[in-house]
Parts: sequence; structure tokens; C-alpha cells
Amino acid sequence: MSEPENGGGQDPNRRDFIYIAAGAGAAGAAAMVAVPLIGQMNPAADTLALASIEYDLSKVEEGMQAVVKWRGKPLFVRYRTKKEIADAKAVDVKSLRDPQTDAERVKAGHEQYLVLIGVCTHLGCVPNFGTGEYGGWFCPCHGSEYDTSGRIRQGPAPKNLEVPEYSFLSDTKIKVG
Amino acid sequence: MSDHPSTYTPATGIEKWLDARLPIVRLAYDSFIDYPTPKNLNYWWTFGGILSLCLGVQIITGIILAMHYTANADLAFDSVERIMRDVNYGWLIRYVHANGASMFFFAVYIHMFRGLYYGSYKAPREVLWLLGCIIYFLMIATAFMGYVLPWGQMSYYGAVVITNLIGAIPIVGPSILTWLQGGFAVDNPTLNRFFSLHYLLPFVIAGVVVLHVWALHVTGQNNPTGVEIKSKEDTLPFTPYATVKDGLAMIFFLIVFSIFVFYAPDAMGHADNYVKANPLQTPSHIVPEWYMLPFYAILRAVPDKLIGVLLMFAAIAVIFALPWLDTSKVKSMRYRPVMRWFFVLFVLTCIGLGWCGGQLPTDMVFSLTNDKHGNPIGLSVVLLSQILAFYYFAFFLLIMPWIGLKEDPLPVPASISEAVLASHNKKKG
Repeated sequence: MSEPENGGGQDPNRRDFIYIAAGAGAAGAAAMVAVPLIGQMNPAADTLALASIEYDLSKVEEGMQAVVKWRGKPLFVRYRTKKEIADAKAVDVKSLRDPQTDAERVKAGHEQYLVLIGVCTHLGCVPNFGTGEYGGWFCPCHGSEYDTSGRIRQGPAPKNLEVPEYSFLSDTKIKVG
Repeated sequence: MSDHPSTYTPATGIEKWLDARLPIVRLAYDSFIDYPTPKNLNYWWTFGGILSLCLGVQIITGIILAMHYTANADLAFDSVERIMRDVNYGWLIRYVHANGASMFFFAVYIHMFRGLYYGSYKAPREVLWLLGCIIYFLMIATAFMGYVLPWGQMSYYGAVVITNLIGAIPIVGPSILTWLQGGFAVDNPTLNRFFSLHYLLPFVIAGVVVLHVWALHVTGQNNPTGVEIKSKEDTLPFTPYATVKDGLAMIFFLIVFSIFVFYAPDAMGHADNYVKANPLQTPSHIVPEWYMLPFYAILRAVPDKLIGVLLMFAAIAVIFALPWLDTSKVKSMRYRPVMRWFFVLFVLTCIGLGWCGGQLPTDMVFSLTNDKHGNPIGLSVVLLSQILAFYYFAFFLLIMPWIGLKEDPLPVPASISEAVLASHNKKKG
């Protein structure tokens, strides 16, 4: 079959429309294929369904720290000594990298209990308590140091140790998550 | 070379039959038997062949290990221990695979420094260099994911730290991190996808190696003088000259490889990786494998998360840009009397950064005295890392462009053949 002299169809505009429509259709189809292929890597329903946990604080004594697993991560539950609380309150908030008062990081009336996600905000290692200059946590991976309120004081971490969402069910029981 | 005409003549009937349908024997003959190589290639040029050997060893041992390994967070560690204790020759296969990764990187670093010294990245070999950079990047990714699979403490926290690098990206970082990990922390989904990709990537590497060799055979090999091939006088056929030279180098390479496998199989590993992964307790000193230590030192040199991560990736990215950063008209540093010393300093810097990456972040190189709080004053590992990281980038971004314009190169020989004869006569006289 020989092509007409005007280089294709009877009406060039109709031919252009077919090209564009086919291209747009292919792009749309590619996007629809990409959604499940990319989405499958996000947390599955069972991973998301990790229930909140309850924790009995009477198991922790003054000056002690319990480590509980919550959503695959360590949760620090620390019963702070009076000196630790006083140290945390004495800090000039304006001098901090991620300014937060000690009161903002504990529940009123329960300030002896500090509940933290035990994951360094730098690159995710688990900091150890009792080493480092600020009396709090020290991350062995890259040397970030946190104070007795879990606030970042020195090293590469940009933020304070995260305080999870939690509430007191009674004086000795908390619910995390 | 592309302008080298094929000299293959099918000898038998079956070869003629095949040559008319799929000239694969002709391709192999032209590429690895009759292929003209510069006649002055030295032993630094044998690492290309050695690297193909390494890739082959890793793929074969890896496929075998996958037959016995279980990719599940509860079972992975025990399945590796079972390979070490119960599977027939499992200990051997795993030690070859684990040490093979180190030997692979050892060879690739020599191969890269060789390319750097002799200017093998310069026109017309830019694409060849870029393909090599892609292979190196894929090697890093593959090695990292492979190291996670035994699910020991170092595996686990290596995966935690490296995936968290992505979390440093502003705004979208945390969502991408969750997407990569498949959960809120490194866990079973992370292990499974790493196993899948660790199995896939070596074959991707093999594909890019084919492109790398293709690009090499289009431009022809560089050589110690950096002067292009000008006549048949400058070359020798690949077989037997290069094959035998490569073969001898492989034997010596395999001897060193065997010494590690049989006498010091854990010399390059970490004892902590024989402890099962525990998400609640980070080992007191976590370090990556030796071949990633220089980049780790650059990451830790900066007290800011995002900038540290960006610099670490930039340290790899800058290698890709090398062909366009070097302004010198002379390829080989043999004829670049000034640049040569900056090159030596660069090699020492990389080794120095590697050393820094292996120290604790609070360590001191040396301390002169203590301040009033009892803290040591002197040269800290962090400060040394900063100095070395500065030189690392300065070498590429300042020294390369600047020295290339300012330097007075030594006279370059007219041809490879002339250079070979000149050195021969000098030795005789």
C-alpha cells in the first residue's frame, strides 16, 4: 500500500491525537504498574498492627532502667534519681541544639519516670546509659551524647531521644502507643 | 579495537556452520586471542582479569551458600552456623565467599588506583571509567547487603546505620526509610529483601562488566606511557602474552587468597558478628568492613547528620566526575612530575581515612596534655579525619584541575614501541 503524499493519515491532527493518546495511556499504565511494585515494600498490615503495650512501672526501682521492645525498637523506661532530675532541670534550655525543657519530656507528677525510644537520632544505634559527659546516654556508634533528660548535648545527632506517645493508666502503669 | 579486522577463520565444518548463524566463536577469538594489547603493559594491568575471577568465585560460592541459607530473622544466624559446622565443606565455601569479598575489594582498589595513576579515565575512555564506577558502586551495595545476611550483631547494626543514612534526607527521608526497611526498624522484611537483592546484584554487575569490556575493546587499552597505539609495532596479541601474564598474576593472587581462607579466615571480620543480632543492645564498637572504612571516616568527620551523609555520598560521586576534572593533556603520571606526588599523598590519605574509620569516635591519635576537665588535648581522630577528608576532596576538585594547567610535563615518547626500545637500551647500556 502506498502512503499518501501528505505523509500519513487524511488529517494530521487526528494522527497526532492518536500518538498523544497512546503515549498518555502507556504512561498511565506504567504508573499503575509502579504503584503495587513500589508499594509492596512498605510495612505490611501485620507489621503496622503491632499493638500498643502496657508496662508495670513498679518493676523499675530508683536509678534503674528497663529496656522493653516496642515496635521492633528498644524502649527505655528510666526511674531517675533526684540528682538526675535536678541536673536535667538546671540546664539552660536556650543552649540546647533541640531546645526542650525537662517538663516537656515527662508527665506532670511523674517526673521521676523518663520514657524514651532508645534509638539514637543520628543513625539508629542503641545508646548506653552511664557513659559520656552529660550523665545520660552515649551512643557507641558515632559518639552522640545525651543528658539525663535524653536531650542531645554533643555529637552528630540532630534531635533529642524521642519520647513516645504514652499515658499513665494508674500511678504504676503506663500504656505506650 | 573496533578498527581491528577479524582474522578468525573457521577451521571445521561445524565452526563454519555456527559462524554463519551466531559468530560467537569469532567474537571470543577477536576479543581474547587475537586482540592487540599494548606491548608495554605491566603487572598493574593484570587486575582486570583478577577481578573477573573474583566475580566468578563470588557467584559460584554464593549460589552454593544460598542452597543452605535461610533468609528469616529467627533462623538466619543458626543456618549460617549450621553451614559452618554441619554442611559438608560449608566452612570452606563460606570462608571463600566472606574473604572473597575482601579480596575483590582489594583488587578493585588496585585497579582503580592504577587507572588514576596512568590516566586511564581520560578521553577517549570516559565511558569506560563511568562503567567501572557503576560496577564499584554496585559492589558496595552488594557487599553491604551480603554482610547483613548472617544476622549477627555487626550485620544488624550495619544495616541500621546504613539504612538510617537515607533518613537524613529532609522531609521525605523518614518515609523512604520505612519503605526501605519494610517496617519501623530493621527486621525480617529488611533481611528478606536484602537477600533477594544480594542474589540479584552480582548478575547486574556481570552485565555491566560486559559493557565495561566492550567499551575497553572499542577504545583499546591504555598503557603505562599513556600514548595511544599507533602501529602494529606497539602491540602483541592477547594470547599468549596477556593470558599468560594474567594467569601468573592470578596464581599469586590466589596464594594470598588461600592464606586468608585457610590460616586467617576471620582476620578481616569482627568477633561481634558471631553474636546473634539483638535489637536492644548495640555492640560498644561498631565498624563496617575494612573496604568501607574511608567513607565511614568521612561520615563521622562532620558533626552534622545531613552534611556528613551528603559528603559520604559525594566522596563516591566525585570519582564519577574525574574525567572532567583533570585538565592535563598528558595521561600517564609517569610524565607528570608534580601530580605524581599529589597522587602518592592521595593514596596515603585513603589509607589514613581507613585507619580513622576503624577507631572509636572519641579516640585520640596522640594527646599532648589534658585540659581542666581532664579531657585530652591533641590530635583527635575526628580532627585527623577532617584534615584527610579535606585533602580527599581537594585532590579531585582543586588539585586535579589546577595542577593540570600549571604543571610542566616531562617529554612523552612518540610511540609505545619507542618507549619500550629506549628502556631496553638503557638497561643494556
